[in-house]
Amino acid sequence: MYTIKIKINDIPVEVEAGTTILRAAEKIGIKIPTLCHLNLHDFKVDHTPASCRVCQVELKGKGLITSCATSVYEGMEVFTNTQKALRARRVVLEMILSDHPKDCLVCDKSGNCELQSLGEQLHLRNVRFKGRMSKHPLDFSSQSIARDMSKCIMCRRCETMCNTVQTVGVLSNTGRGFDAVVDTPMHRPLQDTKCTFCGQCAAVCPTGALMGIEHMADVWRVLNDKNKFVVVQTAPATRVAIGEMFGMEPGTIATGQMISGLRRLGFDRVFDTSFGADLTVMEETKEFIDRLNNGGRLPILTSCCPSWVKFFEHQFPDLLDIPSSCKSPQQMFGAIVKTFYAKKIGINPKDIVVVSIMPCLAKKYEAARDEHQIENMHEVDYSISTRELGFMFEEACIDLTHLPKEKYDNPLGESTGAGVIFGSSGGVLEATLRNAAEILDKKPLQNVDFHEVRGLDGFKETEVEINGIKIKAGISCGLGNARKLLEKIRKKEADYHIIEIMACPGGCIGGGGQPFHHGNTEILQKRSEALYRIDKKSKKRVSSNNEAIKALYDEFLDNPGSSKAHQLLHTIYRKRNKE
Amino acid sequence: MCNNCNFNNLKYDSLESYISTLVSNSSSTTERQASLLPVLYKAQEIFGFLPEEIQEFIAAKLNIHLSEIYGVVTFYSYFTMKPQGKYRISVCTGTACYIKGAEKVLKRLSNELGIDEGEVTKGLTYSLDTLRCVGACGLAPVVMVNDKVYGNVTEDMVPRILKDCKEGKNE
Repeated sequence: MYTIKIKINDIPVEVEAGTTILRAAEKIGIKIPTLCHLNLHDFKVDHTPASCRVCQVELKGKGLITSCATSVYEGMEVFTNTQKALRARRVVLEMILSDHPKDCLVCDKSGNCELQSLGEQLHLRNVRFKGRMSKHPLDFSSQSIARDMSKCIMCRRCETMCNTVQTVGVLSNTGRGFDAVVDTPMHRPLQDTKCTFCGQCAAVCPTGALMGIEHMADVWRVLNDKNKFVVVQTAPATRVAIGEMFGMEPGTIATGQMISGLRRLGFDRVFDTSFGADLTVMEETKEFIDRLNNGGRLPILTSCCPSWVKFFEHQFPDLLDIPSSCKSPQQMFGAIVKTFYAKKIGINPKDIVVVSIMPCLAKKYEAARDEHQIENMHEVDYSISTRELGFMFEEACIDLTHLPKEKYDNPLGESTGAGVIFGSSGGVLEATLRNAAEILDKKPLQNVDFHEVRGLDGFKETEVEINGIKIKAGISCGLGNARKLLEKIRKKEADYHIIEIMACPGGCIGGGGQPFHHGNTEILQKRSEALYRIDKKSKKRVSSNNEAIKALYDEFLDNPGSSKAHQLLHTIYRKRNKE
Repeated sequence: MCNNCNFNNLKYDSLESYISTLVSNSSSTTERQASLLPVLYKAQEIFGFLPEEIQEFIAAKLNIHLSEIYGVVTFYSYFTMKPQGKYRISVCTGTACYIKGAEKVLKRLSNELGIDEGEVTKGLTYSLDTLRCVGACGLAPVVMVNDKVYGNVTEDMVPRILKDCKEGKNE
């Protein structure tokens, strides 16, 4: 690769050939404003439609060009702050805003909106243009994702996530000219499409066009209902992200503060989804070993991720027998609360409300699935996202930074390091391998760290020898990567024993319900590292060593894979329409 | 195939055999995507319009997401998802035709047929649309009925155009 010398605002800069003006400017500390552009370097996504025209700069002798989509050439001279460039940016922003609802005060996205920030950055005080406004019906059909396309600015980031990264293929630009908008096929409600509710569209939407469906009001209602015993479970990935909403550094472990915050909100018991994760490991390991020893269908695929489950139900209905039949940690946890725990504390399960705090929007849909009911009760009543929990804290005047660190309640708050790393891509597999190794080798594991399976890469693999058997394991995050793997399996070209798949790039730490990363994947890296730090510090790092889990099997479930366990902790999958 | 539309299988067969001339199982994604426009064009020629079920059929055959196909169909004004009349009347409203009085011709057609632009008469006999420039600006204003071109059209010519249709001159 050769380098190229250019000048930006008369400052010389040398960059690799192929670099865009935007990147070159960043190198010398000039941050040109952008809106439609999205660069998720770690996931090999560079979305530069140059459709918003906000990043225009003046090229000497040529006039205005978009800096996000123009590569540098030798001798190029660019000016970012000329009268012409500044005016162009303002006019473009005014035009976008002339067709944008100005309900910022009551918009879900307020405070996190990139369009709003841009208005602040350019100090726009007046929108001179008036005219017709785009009007599109609201889509609140699903449990997970709300669409208000009147707020769409046609940056088409969501399309890139849905089609290129996730290969789900639900969102597409439709119509033309003023009527152009990102829409579902045939303008169907999202609920009636093959959407997996991964929420990656909402995670990158710069405005309030795509948002999570909120269930905060329901949670407030049950918290204030004296007849309800409200139990909360917090997913592994939430504890390393919630702090960001209160000004903590990305990667801050805020478990203790989150627990005390939840108590102050009025939850009767604060438990850990990592307990459910440890339980999942027990069941999944049992299923894996059974298939391994008895010539069952391999590879076994993890089934913790609801988006992934819906994805294969739509796209690979011929492979419904390969995923593990285990429910996700969220659902296992709910099932145990409404049976075992309800009996233990002597409360009618109908009076218990299970709320889950999840990094995910699909968990809302998962909780509402018909399969996930016990005696006509949903195992999990309300699933709210990390962001929603942050909003509830804010509303209740709870500042996490000023809270003492508290501990989870017992017994369903006990977890091992293996249960915590579920939140990062590779974690479920590592936890299962640790457990399988202990069971098959019949001795405590010496080295519990499987470094090869960690990190944000979309595809990772490893081979470990357990009890004389070489186990080949694959890990994939992002549904596009999962599709490639599944196609190999369909063609019988892959010889893995076990595969973990998570729908979101990076795993749950990058979920659609997490605080917005605004394209900065370094934040995801830090969240992931924080989870492995918790694991490293844990006294117990193999799920089968969780005392509360042992007690649960002794008192209630008998053994992993028992008929009781199957009844409560396992599920079935169904074929769904290809479109 | 479809309960509502009653397309016979022959039409589907004909579309399928056309698709097989363009793509096969070994075709690359780019080849399949490149074939989308000609396939949609052919499908509209065969069926007259592109309802949901035909787009789904094409999605399955070309292994392209339905959303992408829907995006293309809604982008090009040539494609329509509504059934068209036996006589598809299109008034050119490109710059030249517009200046030479296309608007008046359109209004007269609309009055005579009792339908607005973008609509179809009962019994699916006539449909009325506008289009942008057929490249015959010397003949402005231009009206097209199916594949036949009428040039230098005035309001008063409208009854004659419709009479041609009735007499089967435009089939």
